[in-house]
Amino acid sequence: MLNILKNRFEQGYRTSRYPKEKIEPTSRYRGLPKINSEAPSDMVMQCADACPQNAIDPQNKMIDMGRCVFCGTCERLSEGRFVSFSRNFELAVSMKENLLTDGSLPALSLHARQNFKSLFGRSLQLRQISAAGCNACEADLNVLATPFFDMARFGINFVASPRHADGIVVTGPISRNMKTALLKTYEAVPSPKVVIAAGSCSLTGGPFRGSPEVSPGLDSLLPVDLFIPGCPPHPLTYLHALLTYFK
Amino acid sequence: MKSEFKQIANGKAIARDIIPHLAFDEFTHEVLTIVGEGGKIVQYFAYADGSAVNLLAVLRTDKRLLAAGCDVPKNYPAFSAQYEPFHLFEREIAEQFGIRPEGHPWLKMVRYHANSRGVSDVFGNNYSQDIPGNYNYYSVEGRDIHEVAVGPVHAGVIEPGHFRFNCIGERVLHLEIQLGYQHRGVEDLLCNADVKRLPVITEGIAGDTAIGNSLCMAQAFEGLAYMRPDAGARIIRTIALELERIANHLGDLGALSGDVAFLPVANYCGRMRGDFLNMTLLLCGNRFGKGLVRPGGVCFPLTDENRKTITERINELKPQVEHVIGLLFSTHSVLSRFEKCGTVSRLDAEKLGLVGPAARACGISYDARRSFPSEHYRLLDINENVEFTGDVYARAKLRADEILQSISIIQSLLKNHIKTECVVRGSIHPAPSSLVVTINEAWRGELSHCVLTDAAGRILRYKIKDPSFHNWNGLAMALRDTGISDFPLNNKSFNLSYCGFDL
Ligand code: SF4
Ligand code: SF4
Repeated sequence: MLNILKNRFEQGYRTSRYPKEKIEPTSRYRGLPKINSEAPSDMVMQCADACPQNAIDPQNKMIDMGRCVFCGTCERLSEGRFVSFSRNFELAVSMKENLLTDGSLPALSLHARQNFKSLFGRSLQLRQISAAGCNACEADLNVLATPFFDMARFGINFVASPRHADGIVVTGPISRNMKTALLKTYEAVPSPKVVIAAGSCSLTGGPFRGSPEVSPGLDSLLPVDLFIPGCPPHPLTYLHALLTYFK
Repeated sequence: MKSEFKQIANGKAIARDIIPHLAFDEFTHEVLTIVGEGGKIVQYFAYADGSAVNLLAVLRTDKRLLAAGCDVPKNYPAFSAQYEPFHLFEREIAEQFGIRPEGHPWLKMVRYHANSRGVSDVFGNNYSQDIPGNYNYYSVEGRDIHEVAVGPVHAGVIEPGHFRFNCIGERVLHLEIQLGYQHRGVEDLLCNADVKRLPVITEGIAGDTAIGNSLCMAQAFEGLAYMRPDAGARIIRTIALELERIANHLGDLGALSGDVAFLPVANYCGRMRGDFLNMTLLLCGNRFGKGLVRPGGVCFPLTDENRKTITERINELKPQVEHVIGLLFSTHSVLSRFEKCGTVSRLDAEKLGLVGPAARACGISYDARRSFPSEHYRLLDINENVEFTGDVYARAKLRADEILQSISIIQSLLKNHIKTECVVRGSIHPAPSSLVVTINEAWRGELSHCVLTDAAGRILRYKIKDPSFHNWNGLAMALRDTGISDFPLNNKSFNLSYCGFDL
């Protein structure tokens, strides 16, 4: 017993005060890209060529955050003069076309569906479905339940049964072998329901795009309400998306 | 022992024509002799070269890696009929290349996909039907037997897989594990995709082993290009692999504690795991280490300032970790659930060819960091870790010991200034007609990649073997005669990879 109390004392209180207080991931974290539209076109071309995800549109000098895995290659190659990544983790969008960005994003809260706010603002129960996710997206969703992020204090929880859920959060590029299970789980959620695509894989196939065993993105199968970029998205990116869209 | 097999070195490329290409009978004889004398399988797979289909085996004995190949004969008698560890490898060969292992004791699909040669399917499956297709799960007959089917979608936030229990009352007689739901066609993609994509694809094989897999990939292409990363990069990569080990082990200890309803440790471990992931974030901007390792070195330096920050954080965390582990292993209600639960005997572990902590918990001390050291491990003295009881307790205790050991390793590596020339893109220019095998001790155990190139230096075959490929059957064994309510506990104590297995 004494041991339990000693440990309790040592561990202290750890829950973050976000969103009441601002919080910033460490300096190397790569969040919302800043794009210099004045960058010379050969530099832009070089970055577009090197980008493993072909996420850079060199003509319009934009980045497709649906494809981008935030590997940092373009930032390194251009030494920050074409692309540099900010520490802003607020990346989610509600319309797929907004994933293609010049470095600015529309305010998510303005795009949130108002009936979702009134329906789910006080309580949001989500069923997570991993459909060939690599486990990193899943892991960083899971940590939302640990003391630091403690998502339950906002009335948001992951539930075991789709019948108890208000919506689904899908990770992974939706493999051929998971497609039916995913669709069945979706059907089992009562309407009205929310569909959230989390991570580059579920947005566009991510690193696996082009493989005949995966889909080109969740929106090819279901209507998606919220797109959360990253590989994986930082837990704060998830948290911001959920709080802004539903609260 | 004189062998026809060629000794190769971890991470060193060699010309393919130096690898002995044996007649099938001779190959069989050699393979079965080596394995019969205690050798283990690192890789065993088929590959197509032009119109020919060949087999390649990479085996390990104590500290030696041995390789040889052969043509696929018309009639291929299954090695698994004699030695169990071949069992999954042969099923995989059957699935990927349509080669039927005659006399295989349990010939069923592995990941449920059509073979790459377009020949008739060994399992008689029509892949437009959903998994498991033309397969009836193993079932035990008897009046009081009942079946429990779980998954593919599980209750928690975890990856999909299907578990089929045959029980009598609460007691599990047999557990069948069907995976494949996560299959993304990674090996084929690695052969066909633009080479600039390879690092990102390998980092996505299994996110919790992003460092392990990207190390195997980077070492393979460094071997194939005859380049060597500088000493600083090797140290940073070693630190990253140990951080990955700590974060995963710590997370699992927390999950184990949560499963026996001891919530203080569950919460503390969850939080501290995050602190270690954040150190990896500090290294490279990604909590799982994606983007750090590229062929030739690392993409981010470890500056003195970072070094100081990480050292301070570790110094602060170390006593907390020690105390929480102490608390976990001194709590009677925890121990009474951990001890004698899900025991795998050493004999079974040997027979199944288990690796990593799952094997070390049964007294098999093999650790690739000691036997085939890569990176900075050559210069480190890695303790031999073993437990002998083979139960949940042993698997948990072993992981706890490894956490503390990894913390010390990192502390010692952070003592001195680390200088490295960072890689900007990480070029991939493999030598033609070559073979390379890489092995690392990832947190789940022996992880290995093998790359074969063709005469033009293109990738002919990319083979990945996750430690889980050896270990899933260990979990099935652990569940025999165990209460079904102890499944979550056993599952956590192994915590095997779905996506790393499914590829
Ligand atoms: S950070 Fe994104 S856009 Fe830049 S190279 Fe990597 S994947 Fe491409
Ligand atoms: S988006 Fe990245 S982290 Fe998420 S599942 Fe895909 S590969 Fe893994």
